[in-house]
Amino acid sequence: MCVPTASKAPLLDVRNLSKTYRSGQERIAVLRGACLRVDAGESVALTGESGSGKSTLLHLIAGLDRADGGSIRLDDTEVTALADRGRAALRRNRLGLVFQQFNLIPSLTVADNLAFQARIAGRHDSRWQSELVDRLGLGDLLKRYPEQLSGGQQQRVAIGRALAVRPPLLLADEPTGNLDEATADEVMNLARDLIRQTGCGFLMVTHSARIAATLDRQVLLSAGLIA
Amino acid sequence: MKQGLWILAVLLSHWRRHPTQLATLMVGLISATALWSGVQALNQQARASYDRAAAVFGGARPAMLVGQDSTFSQKLFVDLRRAGWPVSPVLEGRVRVEGRSLRLLGIEPVTFPAEAGSIPSIRTSDLQTFIAPPGEALVAPETLRDLDAAEGTALRTDGGALLPPLKVQAQLAPGVMVLDIGMAQNILHLPDQLSRLLIGRTRGPRAPLEAVTGDKLRYVAPDAETDLERLTDSFHLNLSAFGLLSFLVGLFIVNSAIGLAFEQRMPILRTLRACGVSSRMLNGMLLVELLMVALVAGLIGLVCGYLIAAALLPDVASSLRGLYGARIPGELTLTPHWWAAGLAMSAVGTLAAAATSLLKAIRAPVLAMAQPYARLQTQQRWLGWQGIAALAMLVAAIAVLIGGNSLISGFAVLAALLLGAALALPVLLACVLRIGERSSRGPLATWFWADSREQLPGLSLALMALLLALAVNVGVGTMVENFSRTFATWLDGRLAADVYVNARDDAQARDIQASLRARPEVTAILPSGRAEIEIGGWPVEVLGLADHATYRDHWPLLESAPDAWDEVKSGRAALVSEQLARRLNLRLGGRLDVSTPDGTWPLSIAAIYADYGNPKGQIAVNIDAFTSRFPNLPRTRFGLRVTPGKIAPLVDDMRKTFHLDESRLSDQSTLKAESTQIFNRTFTVTAALNTFTLGVAGVALLTSLLTLSNSRLPYLAPLWAIGLTRRQLAGIELLKTLSIAFFTALLALPLGLLVAWCLIAVVNVRAFGWRLPLHVFPLHLAELLGVAMLASLLAMLMPVIRLIRMPPAALIKVFADER
Repeated sequence: MCVPTASKAPLLDVRNLSKTYRSGQERIAVLRGACLRVDAGESVALTGESGSGKSTLLHLIAGLDRADGGSIRLDDTEVTALADRGRAALRRNRLGLVFQQFNLIPSLTVADNLAFQARIAGRHDSRWQSELVDRLGLGDLLKRYPEQLSGGQQQRVAIGRALAVRPPLLLADEPTGNLDEATADEVMNLARDLIRQTGCGFLMVTHSARIAATLDRQVLLSAGLIA
Repeated sequence: MKQGLWILAVLLSHWRRHPTQLATLMVGLISATALWSGVQALNQQARASYDRAAAVFGGARPAMLVGQDSTFSQKLFVDLRRAGWPVSPVLEGRVRVEGRSLRLLGIEPVTFPAEAGSIPSIRTSDLQTFIAPPGEALVAPETLRDLDAAEGTALRTDGGALLPPLKVQAQLAPGVMVLDIGMAQNILHLPDQLSRLLIGRTRGPRAPLEAVTGDKLRYVAPDAETDLERLTDSFHLNLSAFGLLSFLVGLFIVNSAIGLAFEQRMPILRTLRACGVSSRMLNGMLLVELLMVALVAGLIGLVCGYLIAAALLPDVASSLRGLYGARIPGELTLTPHWWAAGLAMSAVGTLAAAATSLLKAIRAPVLAMAQPYARLQTQQRWLGWQGIAALAMLVAAIAVLIGGNSLISGFAVLAALLLGAALALPVLLACVLRIGERSSRGPLATWFWADSREQLPGLSLALMALLLALAVNVGVGTMVENFSRTFATWLDGRLAADVYVNARDDAQARDIQASLRARPEVTAILPSGRAEIEIGGWPVEVLGLADHATYRDHWPLLESAPDAWDEVKSGRAALVSEQLARRLNLRLGGRLDVSTPDGTWPLSIAAIYADYGNPKGQIAVNIDAFTSRFPNLPRTRFGLRVTPGKIAPLVDDMRKTFHLDESRLSDQSTLKAESTQIFNRTFTVTAALNTFTLGVAGVALLTSLLTLSNSRLPYLAPLWAIGLTRRQLAGIELLKTLSIAFFTALLALPLGLLVAWCLIAVVNVRAFGWRLPLHVFPLHLAELLGVAMLASLLAMLMPVIRLIRMPPAALIKVFADER
């Protein structure tokens, strides 16, 4: 059971979230009543062992999957009550997602990838995009395709794409998992600066204690519960 | 809307980055649409021509009265009009103009029934010009072009008769010339004679037909379907079946290309969903994208279809003219319906080919990881179900074969057999590869078999296309080869006389025969006769044959009683054509009643003979018995036996002396050459479509191998890493594909022979009423096996060369991506 807090309303408020998967005849409870809150402008690192449910929690928050029980509130929106279209609109307009595998669209150039989410959300701001390009150091790469970029460069594009809609919350699933230490630091520095500038909340799943330590707060997910 | 366009742009951008895949998809769709619409264009053109022909000369559509002989007295027309019958006279004959044979129709425009076609238009416009000398000869635009004459020109027949000035009437059938009946009687030397009387729809009191004309005329009811349509149905069904087969083979390519594209785009689709695109919007845009591709490929396919139809039209027209006397104009005219139907086929085909991929994309959970090879595993699981489906199709084929009796059911047997075999192919190949894997020794050999099995699902559609194309090729090739050999022997039997004569009248026939008796090179004069009757509602020709060794030794009997010719000579028995025997279920020793002007003529069946290609039934009787039963028929026909080497001078002399044109005097070698040419051209179209289908199957194999070669890298890179050279890997890949193709081709041979049996023993019998003997031609089979292996080798060449030349970085990347 979550312990209620007296502070102002959080940006993200997850309560008693549960999720069970079926593996053959066996049912595996990944989340058993997880609770989590992220305030506006706050950056939180979600850590835990492999299989502890970190990614599952992130996916449920993003509306990529449905919870079995509990609630997820983003501002005044109850995510678990949304249908597919509502969850799609939520991701499009109010969330930024960054994955370990970058998940760029291989057939689009860097410029098109950067603008993609903002364009389908109808919120393309060319000035903001130019600024993102400058800040992320992508100026010389705009006409390239993802396969022509290094891992670090691809992740910078993914961060730019996620922030192009100025989302209130940025979710990242091990964004540095595929990068070497130096590149990971470089990408994280850029991301942190931009997050600070936009004032959005940031929830990042990571295995790296070093990276987690650079954020405002660390929470540990263990056996399906936030420790 | 704007959001949709952006998503569509992302989806389409995949093709820009994968042009080979796009080309594969387009080639498949274009081939499918082109071959289907090309065949449809040919059918449409032919059917429009039949309608046009029927509308003009009224062969079957309006009700009519016909005589016992080819012509009857004009007095009957006058008697009937006086008795209240709304009849209109028609005289029909053939003339040669500028070396071309034309069907001459003499009509009487004032009484011509308004519903019988386009002729009535002259009634209101220029009736006077049509009737009053010099009159008008109405022809179709195509005929005017064929004659190389201008409108208003007055031509002469090759016999010297002056024709009225030509006038174009667009609705007329090509090869027909219509003029006033009085002029036609003069030109055809048939004064006061008529061929038939068309009956108008005017109702009123009329005396019974028998009371006016006795038994001289009989009533022929109007047909909903023209004779030509009925006769040519099987020909068009055959073409349509080929068109459909090519369409299906083309769709195999489309299915394989779309399957791979969707597989590769699955991560993109998930990213789009993660970026907030709703599943409804995404699925809608996938559908829009597919329809756009279908539309573009469909349009190109239609243009190609038009070109194919235009290229094949001369052969189709020639076949239809030779087989059924149908005249098809040499230029294609296509209706908007053809364009719309072609595009619809392209769209439906695309959606059908993409159905499984589309469903998979729609059902794919947004979170599932990209699993490029999951398809292969899923398809392995499907093998069992596929085997059951194959068995069910083969059982269905046997059931339809036993239970069905129509031509459609004949094609259904073929379709079920081919589909069943195609479904069974991957199952059989998987078994063969499993056996190979179990019996192999050494790691590389084991990998060879196991990897071939792994590769099978990705190749199975292309292999199924190859199997179908090869089997149909073997089947049709065997049938054509059988036909060609049987036809040559049959023609020798049927055209045993050296020269054939059809005099203008009995008097001329007597004169010719008298002059021939004086020529020592003429060793025999063989009088013959021909009458048209109906038995069981089916048109039947009665042939009168002389009792002579020419016929006794050569007539192509299929089965006969021991004393068949003696029985025929007695006038009590007849020889019956195979199609008539099948249709009326006649057997040797059975009885057949032939209606003659003198009453019923009971005949026993002494033998059954082959009469390939004749749409009518036929019986042959002794000429003396024939003459006594049909006493009023002209005795103008006879054949001649001539000393070898003296035929040509004899024919030249007769032509000069008796003014006989080619329609009345022909020698055996010319007739044989013409008949052989007609039958050869009949199969030119089949052979062309056969080659197209095999070509499309080759493309299917090539495209499958090309697309598959991209996903093969993760399988090959580890072998390269442990020490195999790229050349060795390419060799192994080549050997694997060729082995699978070889097994497929081997399976296609017995299947093809089964198809040949189906065509010969089921489809041909139901379509034409005759059956060919079935011989197997091993050389032809070996040749096709070679072609299949060559096609597979060519299809494999590009992927193999690509692998040999592949930079090591591309192979290393496989490991880099695995991080």
